[in-house]
Amino acid sequence: MTAAVREAPKTAGPPPGRSRGSFRIGTTALVYAALVAILVVGAVLVAADGKNLFSTGNIVDMLTRSSLLGFIAIGQTLVILCRSLDLSVGYVMASCSLIAAMVMNGSEANVPLGIGAALGAAAVVGLVNGLVITKLKVNAFIATLGTGLILKGWLDTEFAGPAGKVTASFQQFGYTRVSVVPLSTVVMLVLAVAGVLYLRKTRGGHHIYAVGGDTDVARLSGIRTDRTIVTAHILCAVAAGVAGLLIAARFGTGSALVYDYGLDLESIAAVVLGGTYLMGGRGGIAGTVAGVMILAVLDTVFNILEVNPFYKDVLRGAIIVVAVAIYARRQLSARPSRVRFAGGAS
Amino acid sequence: MTEPLLEMTGIGKSFLGVGVLHGVDLTVREGEVHALVGENGAGKSTLMKILAGVHRADAGTVALDGRPVSFAHPVEAQKAGVSTVFQEFNLLPERTVAENVWLGREPRRRGLVDSRRMAADTAALLDGLGVTDIRPSTRIRSLSVARQQVVEIVKAISHDARIIAMDEPTAALADREVGLLYDLVARLKERGVAILYVSHRLKEIFDLADRITVLKDGRLVDTMDTAATNPDELVKKMVGRPISAFFPDPLPGNGTGEVRLEIAGGGNTQLDGIDLTVHGGEILGLGGLQGSGRTEIAHALFGVAPFTRGRISVDGKPVRIRSPRKAVGAGLALVTEDRKTEGLALNQTVLANARLVLDAVRPGSASRRAKRIPEILAALELSSRGTGQEVRYLSGGNQQKVVLAKWLATDPAVIVLDEPTRGIDVGAKQAVYGLMRRLAADGVAIVLISSELPELIGMADRVCVLHDGRIAGELPGGSAEEDVMALATGHTPAAAGPTTPQTPDGAAKGAQS
Repeated sequence: MTAAVREAPKTAGPPPGRSRGSFRIGTTALVYAALVAILVVGAVLVAADGKNLFSTGNIVDMLTRSSLLGFIAIGQTLVILCRSLDLSVGYVMASCSLIAAMVMNGSEANVPLGIGAALGAAAVVGLVNGLVITKLKVNAFIATLGTGLILKGWLDTEFAGPAGKVTASFQQFGYTRVSVVPLSTVVMLVLAVAGVLYLRKTRGGHHIYAVGGDTDVARLSGIRTDRTIVTAHILCAVAAGVAGLLIAARFGTGSALVYDYGLDLESIAAVVLGGTYLMGGRGGIAGTVAGVMILAVLDTVFNILEVNPFYKDVLRGAIIVVAVAIYARRQLSARPSRVRFAGGAS
Repeated sequence: MTEPLLEMTGIGKSFLGVGVLHGVDLTVREGEVHALVGENGAGKSTLMKILAGVHRADAGTVALDGRPVSFAHPVEAQKAGVSTVFQEFNLLPERTVAENVWLGREPRRRGLVDSRRMAADTAALLDGLGVTDIRPSTRIRSLSVARQQVVEIVKAISHDARIIAMDEPTAALADREVGLLYDLVARLKERGVAILYVSHRLKEIFDLADRITVLKDGRLVDTMDTAATNPDELVKKMVGRPISAFFPDPLPGNGTGEVRLEIAGGGNTQLDGIDLTVHGGEILGLGGLQGSGRTEIAHALFGVAPFTRGRISVDGKPVRIRSPRKAVGAGLALVTEDRKTEGLALNQTVLANARLVLDAVRPGSASRRAKRIPEILAALELSSRGTGQEVRYLSGGNQQKVVLAKWLATDPAVIVLDEPTRGIDVGAKQAVYGLMRRLAADGVAIVLISSELPELIGMADRVCVLHDGRIAGELPGGSAEEDVMALATGHTPAAAGPTTPQTPDGAAKGAQS
């Protein structure tokens, strides 16, 4: 405590600890620090096994894993920020992969139409989700679970196996790489930047935070809260649609079974891991991207080390719980409560 | 004679067929502070909400600058220059000051939000009010309640408000912070802004208001020039019955009895060297500025943030209180500062709330003890549509009575009342004061925490004043307000010497059995 000695006041005068720490790292910085830490620890563990985490193959693996979840988590961030959530994203993704592949049906000329049809269908689902939540006042959990189940019913009865066929050019979306960076990752990052700008630089973005923070305050400030929520749901569903396009590009065909990937809950986990409050009003897409990357790095490291997948899930669960516990503590400590009298029992 | 800026004429409003306002007239002039007073349920809030565009009047007209207006939404009212600062702030805690001030109408440049201009404009507004310690980029969450209120007022001014209505603006402020609000009101007045000031605190009304309008049972009683009236007359008009003494005298009882509560050397991270004794039949007042440690003592006693040093005894028996549950078991009761979040389950019935502690802590005897609840509620003069009504539909005063009933049902030895009359009407205050006197006469030891000095001095037999987590001194009941403030602010005047040493030592010996 040399610093304290140097600055020790001569009299007993000024009360201690009045200034709150002027330097506090933001939650987003913390998530990125955690990502770096996990990369370092992962690299050491992989190196101990005689392998290289940063080999081209492994980097591509990490980035490829992250882009699919990334699309969905970016959209999920928007709805969670306005205190909603979307459990239908997995089914939207599966449906969009089928719609895109079937509309294209191997014809190069139909590629734009296929993309448009898939994203348009996604937007309609998002619109329905948003309207059911805002107009029928159905809790978002139930509303999106409901639309998801309806889509599941359609997928299960109509599509026993893969359907449709995308074109060779469209498959580039799934497989092209710029050096080690897959095209899908680039698209995901572009979408992330667009999302960040939307939240920071547009009224719509500001209003998402307002609605999530306090709907009544937002309404009394003249914000059309319903429209904000519906917009967020449409954007979320379209992002899930983009994930569906990526699935179609990778598989070369549409697949109903991808809804089983569990990306609905995993995307919520990534958002929360990225520092966004599940109760809305605070957080952002930058953190979500880090959250997605953390989950992807863990997957890759565990795959390389060929560890029993059970332990992978245990660790992922633990990390998410610990992260949220840390955010909760930071939230508490952010309230100015100074300690006047140090020391415990006398 | 200034032209009236706002003229509300013959305003009537009813909810579900129940008349709340009947033909109320209100005229507000440019640059005046106009106080709106009346008991809870008198119709002040409804009148304010009609002005703010939250409710629509069923009858009557509202005219601004002589032109009739009708607001269907708060935003319309704001655009017309009428802003309202409600008791519950309309701020987003996770967003910055600037983002809150411009919420819903963020300035844009080429379609995108212009954050720089937003910050600059906010800074200019803050400067204009002489506020130097709030930055536009600060998150609301990290500001004190008083500063948040300043942000609300800045938000109102940003709408070029010509009338700012304030609902109980000092309810959440400490005495020291009230000064900040007074300055702000003075500055707004200089600018010609009219202020409609709703308050229960007579002192503020007489300090600030130019004119006073009194409402009772939804009807206009009178509008008076402040200079032409006095507090006694005003109170009479509000309640419609003369109140001989604002604070009731002690009832003849057993007098001051045995020591029921003793704290010796209590301390934790917020408190140090707390020595207190409270006798049965005694009301001990705890005074001090907001944050001086008054509520912290209540929380320490009740096991919310327990003492880590020192000891507590109740009725001579040493107790270790690690949780509220233990505190209830030891015979303590705490009426918390914030009844809506800490005192009541708002969507449950009167009866369920009144039984809450009994059911939780004394399930064995709950039913037997609960038989007394209707009687307790009747004694408190609770007005509700039966014990099956949900408490969220009750007025603040009646809600407080339910909280009190909840604790009285446990037959406490010591009851701690933290700001028991905050935000409740005059009639309910009288009921609380009367109850305190009755409890004292029954031998209960009472600790009263209050920010209102007259209440503290008028009700307490002794007043302990806290300053920065320690007891700064003790004064007898009925001391001068200045003496309490002197101790609370840490300036102990030389003259206060003789009144201070009311040694609790003699009493403390009795408890060391």
